[in-house]
Amino acid sequence: MAFQYETYIRPSTFPHIWCPGCGNGIVVKALVRAIDRMGWSKDEVVVVSGIGCSSRTSGYLDFNTLHTTHGRAIAFATGIKMANPALKVIVVTGDGDALAIGGNHLIHAARRNMDLTVILFNNEIYAMTGGQYSPATPEEKMASTAPYGQIEPPFDIVRLAEGAGATFVARSTVFHAVQLENYIFKALNRSGFSLIEAVTNCPTVYGRRNRMPIPASFHAYYKKNSVPLEKAAKMSAEELTGKIVTGIFADVDKIGFIERYSRMSERAQAVRKKRYIKGSSPKGEVGN
Amino acid sequence: MANRIEVRFSGSGGQGIILSGVILAEAAAIYDNKNAVQSQSYGPEARGGASKAEVIISDGDIDYPKATNIDILLALTQVACDKYTPDLKEGGVLIVDSQEVLAIPEGNFRAYSIPIFRLAQEKVGKRIVANIIALGALVGLTGVVSRKALEEAVLSRVPRGTEDLNLTALRAGFEEAERLQRAEA
Amino acid sequence: MKAATTSETAEREARRNRIRLMQGNEACAEGALAAGCRFFAGYPITPSSEIGEYLALHLPRVGGNFIQMEDEIASMAAIIGASLAGVKSMTATSGPGFSLKQENLGFACIAEIPCVVVNVMRGGPSTGLPTGPSQGDFMQARWGTHGDHPIVVLAPYSVREVFTETIRAFNLSESFRTPVILLMDEVLAHMREKVILPEPAECPAVDRLRPTGPPEAYLPYASDRDVSPLAPFGSGYRFHVTGLYHDETGFPTGSPAKIRQQMERLMGKMERGAGQIQRFELTGAVSGGSDPVDTLVVAYGSTARAAKHAVGEARQSKRSVALFRPVTLWPFPEAAIRQVSGSVRRVVVPEMSLGQLAGEVQKCIPPKAELRRVNRVDGIPIAPEEILDAIVA
Repeated sequence: MAFQYETYIRPSTFPHIWCPGCGNGIVVKALVRAIDRMGWSKDEVVVVSGIGCSSRTSGYLDFNTLHTTHGRAIAFATGIKMANPALKVIVVTGDGDALAIGGNHLIHAARRNMDLTVILFNNEIYAMTGGQYSPATPEEKMASTAPYGQIEPPFDIVRLAEGAGATFVARSTVFHAVQLENYIFKALNRSGFSLIEAVTNCPTVYGRRNRMPIPASFHAYYKKNSVPLEKAAKMSAEELTGKIVTGIFADVDKIGFIERYSRMSERAQAVRKKRYIKGSSPKGEVGN
Repeated sequence: MANRIEVRFSGSGGQGIILSGVILAEAAAIYDNKNAVQSQSYGPEARGGASKAEVIISDGDIDYPKATNIDILLALTQVACDKYTPDLKEGGVLIVDSQEVLAIPEGNFRAYSIPIFRLAQEKVGKRIVANIIALGALVGLTGVVSRKALEEAVLSRVPRGTEDLNLTALRAGFEEAERLQRAEA
Repeated sequence: MKAATTSETAEREARRNRIRLMQGNEACAEGALAAGCRFFAGYPITPSSEIGEYLALHLPRVGGNFIQMEDEIASMAAIIGASLAGVKSMTATSGPGFSLKQENLGFACIAEIPCVVVNVMRGGPSTGLPTGPSQGDFMQARWGTHGDHPIVVLAPYSVREVFTETIRAFNLSESFRTPVILLMDEVLAHMREKVILPEPAECPAVDRLRPTGPPEAYLPYASDRDVSPLAPFGSGYRFHVTGLYHDETGFPTGSPAKIRQQMERLMGKMERGAGQIQRFELTGAVSGGSDPVDTLVVAYGSTARAAKHAVGEARQSKRSVALFRPVTLWPFPEAAIRQVSGSVRRVVVPEMSLGQLAGEVQKCIPPKAELRRVNRVDGIPIAPEEILDAIVA
């Protein structure tokens, strides 16, 4: 039987705002299939997003959903996860949202190994605002604020996340929808901070300026230029120019923040019981 | 404004100025059952900058929490002494460290020069208890709180395991006050 | 003299729990715990850091969460997230940090998420005077975030009142589904004062309404009432929360009629709730009484303590002076000030800013009354004599 996407979407919110040919829908479908494989109830899943095209995802999905301010989704998600660790908290964000205005939250959530899964839709551009360059725009590509070509180098997103301490990091593209789903599934199974970079296409404001106006031309590009990590390891930097290295970049078993906090809290409560065993109420809880 | 008494502790960061203020205020508020307010001002430095703590003690309500007309001033540096002595009311009490403050300004107040830091080194072997010696001397000379209340407040504030050390320091301060009062009599 | 025995220590401890010399920031943290706050996210900043330090120690002991976030913006975001998960939450900051929080504060206003934001005011703008007191955020507390929005701002003046107003801040935030700002100043935050803490029964904690009906009928922003129940994430009521203009369901809308309806309800809930939210204290006789007030002093926060001293002295010398002390700054107690200032000749407004409160007071007093401002922005608290001078001169 075909996968029942209807189970997870909110029909009342359609039609969605994405352009014809946008790759975001492929990422959302991969995410939904991965969640379905987890066997979670919709009530225990929280999807938190920031601002931008991809961040509209939260409204379309039938979970507990939160569409926050620009760049801050991970920080909102941190509060939710700590307040109720039983919730499965997924962050949906874009390259501008997560790497520029929200870059600080991304690296710190990775550093503290906060138990969140981030799906970073990388379309290499600020699409919603009209095609300005983002921290993921490749050099020499055109953008509305880079009319002579982008002169800044982009972030290597997976290396950034891995370097900051994420336990699971992977990259795939909208051409590799099954691989993308599998990576998301693996990430959802991990405790601690996991991040999936989903390379997605924006034909409208990116493709138009960069000689890829037809959505299919992106898919052809992804097919031709994606290199599995294992193969990339044997290639020179020159050979890798313009390539998209896909695969799992980090997969380590490391205790997540929530578990560490819980252990610390137990210690704090044990100290309290020991110290105030005689029944006098400890300082700090007089009003309780 | 029933019996409003204003005390200012002054010196430099790291001398225990603010802790002195807290202990005196707790002695008054908790152990002598009066009203007390303690406030402070300090610079950005953790050590070495100017440091000031004030305590207002009263039998009634205390509205304005800052000192304006000081009854008792402790100055542990010359700079603090020069800066704050003009705020001392007529007939007030000035207590300084005899090594740190060499020039006591002129004025209509009682001044006591006490070798606070030297006593800390000689009687306790730790310069860090100078603030407790100063508190003992201040309370011994002025009776602003009861000695018993001050002892209780010191014991409740100092780190565990240092109680005896601090009580020795406090007693050295009381004794110094008694010595000075005998000399005055 | 010998060191105290264990039983003596316990006795001291018990006694100190009833009567304490407490710092303003400590009282704020204690008040939060008493109100049921179980989540705090913050970023270190003078002069509010002690609130976070205190809660870092105590929240884990009561099963609560403390986190020091990477910045002020993240702290504000995290407390909104925690509140959406059903946990009462708070952050604390000072001037520069309060500026940084404004965007997410607006999110909490429009998405109607209960939370408490403490701003210990220090000299500003910018880095200003980190260890000096100020009251320069009076207007920012009201209008700091962009757009029309509801907000509640409370300003205690004593350490005990910091404790009780922090509880009230949580209660109002839960009752009205709105962020509440607790505005303190450096003097109040750092001073220690004798406090006899109220019994818990004197300050009961209020919890937000939760939906009880069928999830498919749940409207998180119903238009037929001021405040709708708020379901915690994970409780079976799946709904959407956004900072976009939204309709009753919580989903974005571009319909002018629905936007107008929601915005009018949002602003209206504060107006209609003003009676419950506003608290003030009047010391001295009121207008129209047997002792008509000649001069009215209006002051809040630690400045009101100097004002109280000045008013006390003026009354001793037979001056007809009263002190109006707003505890709720916003919604501003316009009606109450109008009533007490009906026949006054002079109004004195001391504040540690250059006339922010005075401007608001000016709108409420008779045109013929003389308004005298007493302002300081140099980090020195206003002294009673300065206020007395303005009363008598």
